[in-house]
Amino acid sequence: MIRIRDLTKRYGPLTVLDRFALDVRPGEAVALWGPNGAGKTTVVRCILGLVDYEGTIEIDGLDARTRGKAVRNRIGYVAQELSFYDDMAVTDVLDYSAALRGVPTDRVRELIGSFRLDEHRSKRVAELSGGLKQRLALAAALLSDPPVLLLDEPTSNLDAHSREEAIELFEHLRLQGRTILLTTHHMEEMGMLVDRVVAMEDGRIVTECAPGELAERLGLKVWLHVTLRGGHNTRALEALETAGFTARANAAGILVEVSAQRKGQALNALHRAGLEIEDLEVWT
Amino acid sequence: MTTEALPRNGRSLDLPERAQRSSVAAIARKELRDAIHSRWFWMWTAAFAGLAAVLAIAALPGSRIAGSASYGRTAASLVTLTQIIIPLMGLTLGAQTIAFQRESGALRFLLSHPVNRTEAFWGLYLGTSAALTAASFAGFGAAGILTALRSGSGEAGSFVRITLLAWALLLAMVGLGMLISTLARRAAAALGSAVFVWLLLVFLGDLGLMGTAVATRLSVSALFFSTVANPVEAFRLAALASFADSFDILGPAGTYAADALGSALVPVIVTILLVWVAAPVSIAWFRFRTRQDL
Repeated sequence: MIRIRDLTKRYGPLTVLDRFALDVRPGEAVALWGPNGAGKTTVVRCILGLVDYEGTIEIDGLDARTRGKAVRNRIGYVAQELSFYDDMAVTDVLDYSAALRGVPTDRVRELIGSFRLDEHRSKRVAELSGGLKQRLALAAALLSDPPVLLLDEPTSNLDAHSREEAIELFEHLRLQGRTILLTTHHMEEMGMLVDRVVAMEDGRIVTECAPGELAERLGLKVWLHVTLRGGHNTRALEALETAGFTARANAAGILVEVSAQRKGQALNALHRAGLEIEDLEVWT
Repeated sequence: MTTEALPRNGRSLDLPERAQRSSVAAIARKELRDAIHSRWFWMWTAAFAGLAAVLAIAALPGSRIAGSASYGRTAASLVTLTQIIIPLMGLTLGAQTIAFQRESGALRFLLSHPVNRTEAFWGLYLGTSAALTAASFAGFGAAGILTALRSGSGEAGSFVRITLLAWALLLAMVGLGMLISTLARRAAAALGSAVFVWLLLVFLGDLGLMGTAVATRLSVSALFFSTVANPVEAFRLAALASFADSFDILGPAGTYAADALGSALVPVIVTILLVWVAAPVSIAWFRFRTRQDL
């Protein structure tokens, strides 16, 4: 459904994408994962024809460069944040998007209902919470019932509750058999959303694998910030070092470097040493 | 083509790549509606209509400022107001159109739809122009109605001609503003540049030309064509010429032009104004189509 070959994008002397290639099968959900500046969003912008590029992009067999309108008619795009059109009402945003897509207004009413936006239909976009804005953006993207969804960091500006809700929605869309390409730098949500992860760095693909394998493939580490009941930081550091972990104390507790997929091992080491964990945070 | 790509609602996903009127109209309608819901629209409309009405009243019979009243006198009063306000409205709002939408992400959202850049550009231009046309026609309308109520409709033709010339100036300024908008990197820079161009066209250009003429002993013909090359001056000359019996009020350059061009004078100036309507917006369109960092 999505076929990208030798995609190269340069801004002056800076090469943002370097001979990037990707195939996404119909109905497959793929994540482009990587740090800020890896080139994920640039891939999305190239697909949408927002920037010029070298190489070829085909969506559903159509060249994105020469058949831009037909390609975009097959794509529902959800940006990071619907922070513009703040003065427009929910219904007006959808009516506008529907007019641009040549979709009858009945479809707007249908989506307002299915995305549970009925009670918010007259509200201005500025009055909506992050989760509601994301629901609105997704409803707008689905107006023409496109076979492909492009989601650019779709959960990055959401609170925990809204993120959970958004993930549920995306899962539902995935089950409908749509082809999904999303960009993210959150590792933890990918397992629920995609079949395959393409890790990027400096405009190139570093590795491709199943979401659960990524951390191990890349040797990714996270920090656990642990607060212990009654202090005992010295005992905790000794126990962790004996178990082979790198750890250090700070004013509030201890920081332990762990493999992203093996967080429990550090906690087990503390438990075996008879230490009681009061609080825990994961720092990435 | 894969079968999975077929739309679930049976509607064809294939669209012609050429620009379609329906998309342009949808974007223009949205721009117009946004303008009508915004404070600036009502601020400009109220300011222009209010000032135009005051000028019309000042030109009415019995006024100590003007002796006899007529549409012609009201139109003459409106020329100065128009040559200051209309360029400021057109330039600043035209300059904000693309630059502001690019910065807010709205342009990216728009272009993620099945619309091409030609449709987006002309939709934005037409919507902005329609809103400003409504604002300026409100001003001319207020002045025209006041004058007609108090003193009849004598010389209404010159009033209509000046209204149309002001409209042409407005469209030229919106186009120039949009050209600035497509060239600027940021919305603030676009707005600043628009204000600078306004100063240049309305005040500095005139002063600079006078200074240059004195310093370089510019010939009368060169002075005339340098003057009408400025769209604001072209509007002023065409507007004054449309109701003045003699071109003496235009100074030596005007006298030269009247002698050299005769009855072709007004058509020549109007043509220059129409070139200003078409050229900047066309260049802006080309720039928008080829600009990469949207």
